[in-house]
Amino acid sequence: MLEFSQHCPVLMTITLLVGAALTPIVSRFRKKLSFLWAMFISLLSFFFCSCATWRLYSEGPISYWLSGWEPPYGIEVRFDYVSTITFLMTGLGVLIIFYSRKYIEHEINEDKFSLYYTLVLLLLCGMVGFSVTGDMFNLYVFLEILSLSGYALIAITEEKLNAMASFKYLVMGAISSLSILAGIALLYNVTGTLNMADMALRLQQFPPILTSYVALVLFVVGFSVKAAMFPVHIWLPDAHALAPSPVSALLSGLVIKVGIVGMIRILYTVYRLGGNINFIPVTNFMGWLAAITILIGAFFAFFQDDIKMIFAYSSISNIGYIVMGISLVSFTQPEKGYLGMVGGLIHIFNHAIIKSTLFLCAGALIYKTGFRKLSDLRGMGKKMPITCGALTIASISIAGIPPTSGFICKWYIILGAIEFGKWYFAAALLIGTLLVFAYYIKIVNAIFFREPNEPITKVDEAPMSMLIPIVLLAIGCLVLGVFAYLPLAVIRPAAATILGLPSTYIPGG
Amino acid sequence: MIVHDIRPLLAPTISILCAILIFWRGENTYLRRIFSISAAILKWVIVLSMLPGSLKGVIYVTELIPFTPGISFLLRVDALGMFFGMVSSTLWIITTVYAIGYMEGEHARKRFFAFFALCVSTTVGLAFAGNLFTLFVFYEMLTVSTYPLVIHEETPEAMKAGRKYLVYTLTGGSLILFATALVFYQANTVAFDQPGILSINSGVGILVVIFAMFMLGFGVKAAIMPLHGWLPSAMVAPTPVSALLHAVAVVKAGVFGITRVVYNIFGVSLLKEMASKGADVASVLMWAAMITIVLGSLMALMQDGFKKRLAYSTISQLSYIVLGVSLLTPDSVMGGIVHIVNQAFMKITMFFVAGAIYKKTHKKNISEMHGIGHKMPITMATFTIASFGMMGLPPTAGFISKWYLSLGALAADKPIAVIVLLLSSFLNAIYFLPIVYRAYFMKPLDGDTTMDEAHWTFLVPCIICALYTIGLGLFAELPFVPLELSRIAVTQFFR
Amino acid sequence: MSPAEILNKLTVNFNYVVAMTLFIIGLYTIISKPNLIKKFMGLNIMETSVFLFVVSSGAVMGGKAPIVGEGVSPGTVFVNPIPQALILTGIVVAMSTTALALALIIKLYEQCGTLNADKLKEIK
Repeated sequence: MLEFSQHCPVLMTITLLVGAALTPIVSRFRKKLSFLWAMFISLLSFFFCSCATWRLYSEGPISYWLSGWEPPYGIEVRFDYVSTITFLMTGLGVLIIFYSRKYIEHEINEDKFSLYYTLVLLLLCGMVGFSVTGDMFNLYVFLEILSLSGYALIAITEEKLNAMASFKYLVMGAISSLSILAGIALLYNVTGTLNMADMALRLQQFPPILTSYVALVLFVVGFSVKAAMFPVHIWLPDAHALAPSPVSALLSGLVIKVGIVGMIRILYTVYRLGGNINFIPVTNFMGWLAAITILIGAFFAFFQDDIKMIFAYSSISNIGYIVMGISLVSFTQPEKGYLGMVGGLIHIFNHAIIKSTLFLCAGALIYKTGFRKLSDLRGMGKKMPITCGALTIASISIAGIPPTSGFICKWYIILGAIEFGKWYFAAALLIGTLLVFAYYIKIVNAIFFREPNEPITKVDEAPMSMLIPIVLLAIGCLVLGVFAYLPLAVIRPAAATILGLPSTYIPGG
Repeated sequence: MIVHDIRPLLAPTISILCAILIFWRGENTYLRRIFSISAAILKWVIVLSMLPGSLKGVIYVTELIPFTPGISFLLRVDALGMFFGMVSSTLWIITTVYAIGYMEGEHARKRFFAFFALCVSTTVGLAFAGNLFTLFVFYEMLTVSTYPLVIHEETPEAMKAGRKYLVYTLTGGSLILFATALVFYQANTVAFDQPGILSINSGVGILVVIFAMFMLGFGVKAAIMPLHGWLPSAMVAPTPVSALLHAVAVVKAGVFGITRVVYNIFGVSLLKEMASKGADVASVLMWAAMITIVLGSLMALMQDGFKKRLAYSTISQLSYIVLGVSLLTPDSVMGGIVHIVNQAFMKITMFFVAGAIYKKTHKKNISEMHGIGHKMPITMATFTIASFGMMGLPPTAGFISKWYLSLGALAADKPIAVIVLLLSSFLNAIYFLPIVYRAYFMKPLDGDTTMDEAHWTFLVPCIICALYTIGLGLFAELPFVPLELSRIAVTQFFR
Repeated sequence: MSPAEILNKLTVNFNYVVAMTLFIIGLYTIISKPNLIKKFMGLNIMETSVFLFVVSSGAVMGGKAPIVGEGVSPGTVFVNPIPQALILTGIVVAMSTTALALALIIKLYEQCGTLNADKLKEIK
């Protein structure tokens, strides 16, 4: 088992890649097979990921040398505590593919089904690869795989606006990828290696030069676009709102988190706290941007009537929380940044689950009624109680009302902000969550406490294949909040190792 | 003495189960009634079974799951918690009976009763919260679960009131969260097991900030002026909701939070130390309470709507408790804590009466209530008793709380507080007695004086509460009455 | 720094200068031109600038192609092959992006009948 689990990080990426490539061929035999095939591939990859995660927490990080070449010469696949996010990615992937079976009949032409599953598998492959690779250039390649499949998935429906939204995303995404590539090139020029760990070592050996700083700025700009930070968030609302709902769930739940994972990798794995390049001005700046992002996202969400548009803007706001959490660090005292880091990391997980619930619920409503405007969805709570109940639970979670899962990050980031004396960050966070609650309560009001505009008679509860993922995720929102120590047990070693502390670190102890 | 026990957990769980059952099978009227009443009684029995222990000073603890290192969900029943838990679980039975009668023929009864149960569950959880963190969790849950009750009518007015309610309470909740984080940062614990966990070493400035945040946060639900705006508008809710939530659960949650913060987070000695360094925050709270008492009464005077007048009266009466808490003497705190229960019973009687009159005659305003005493003599008799209680006339319960509050004020050398209490009694008389006068001594407008009493589900709760109001006044010094329990709570604070 | 020194630095690092200039030209095109195809050409210019920069950074004065064969002795200077290998991958990625973007542009044109970004905004 140990021997086998060592190969899992590679296996899960390869499975998805090969699976994606084979999907069109499989669908040649029978149209319906493409769904089963995608399900099988994603489950297989989830299984590999579980094995790798199990090994990570029993034995420690896995370092796998592709074709046996020793890094820094060969390419290294590294499954460390940050890579735990792949567990979330593959798990959510399974649920979302399961959900897609019925849903895509509603928005996508039948001849594009196999394409849809191909792209979803590719998207998952890109994200998983991005999170496990230890090589800078692989990082770029996987980033491009996931971005390209993301652009294509947005435009897969026949709507006019989708192609435009996709194009906007593509242009901004391509610029950001280029900026990241340029950063990689500059760092390669400085260090002469592409392996992250090696790069980090060599960066410490030489005195800092201007090129390293320029590269850092390029990385941060590039990943900020991918993560949709203010002021480069403008691509997100259209893209996330117009995409088919399961795709929106993937994009909002996971793809923007990839930008965050990238930032964590670059800042805390390559540049490193306590090294000879002091990047605290950058994280401070990011903290401020995050505060603005929180408020801007929440503010604009307020004026939307389209239910998915509201969720999209709230994703921007939530990215702000995460970036605020991971930017609350101190260069010389890594322990100080622990609380904020835990808050930021745990919100990566919780937001992924909450936002997927929301988008999948919105998808179920759209599937059943064909409406996406809040004013048209009035009174749906009586017709689709389970979907709307899940939507309410997720809304309460995202507003951070205890004991739901959204609350934990709020608590930790506030503690982190206090640790640094930055009470204004905590204030921005609290104001942000209040605004968030204001517009989520608008949704709950509309679906439960308002009479429908015209009597909706035919609508009934969504089909089982959509309800199961929704209910599972909604339960996740509650369970991860009440039993917060479960996700915390996973997150705390990650936060500690990111800051360069031993993985068993406990604050104050 | 600390006893580990499952009962503190059982009490809130029963009402959550009840809520789930009602969600599941609540369409059926009989099942819904059975669920509601049996859960109410079962819960009351559980809470009651801990009462003898609490009277002996036993503290029941259920440690639930850990939340983060250093903080866990903890339920801990000390005398104060027992006190509040007892009040809310007792009143839940009475209000449930009342609500079953009142809600007959209303819409969305399933939702109503489910959230009603959920609210009581969170209130009891709040009462039994063993640390600030658990308290906050239940506090926020209470806010969310009351919202559907406030907007039950679903009219634009109700929606507006609901929005206002959420804006006020959630903003307050955010402040509490911030302050809780600050406390955790300063003291590295948030538990309630000591009289005060903060120390003067944190610096007076930060302590004042924490205190101010807590008071602003809990002050919203305790309706300290100028944070009271939501309470009168939330009166659009059905009367049982106004009665239980706006006379007992929600507003008392705020007062309860203030008491916890003052005595378990700060502690008497720290507050006195702060006062000696020029930051006399307790006095500021005292002044705020006194202003609220007088202004609340004056504004009640100006209201014509029956429930609106009761709402402003609630605002004024709540600050009695805050006043007692802020005076920092054993007698005053005892008066304040006892007033939690006294005010609850008296005010709930009044709300029940308002609801009974509304259901019978559809009259909402005081100016329409000529001769209502002829039609509904029993209802109005209970109202009269409750009014005497509010004024603090002996031998009613109101007199007991005022007596101890005044004793405490004198002990704290703050005679102005006594003057405010007397003034408030006078104002109470001015705005309650005209109602009694109008009901009994004026002829009805239509001249019809035949007796037409409310249904027994309305009358029985009114009578029970009114009897209690007199009973506590007459038998105040017997053991097993609230005074004894509050005395134990006070000894736990002034260790 | 004297003007001569600045000039010297610029000539030594002229690949930086060229890449930077191209990058900015590309960015300017994307921002200023309303036509989607022109926008996309700007993006291609940006891509090229980065590729040029990476490839040029692997260059070594008088270096040979790193292939073992005739005329290679232990002392021979090679150019760095890794940037070239990377950029080959990069070009593939860029090509896929181009293909996808052009497909999107065609779809947009079929649906809306225009490629002007300002007019497309009004179509909403």
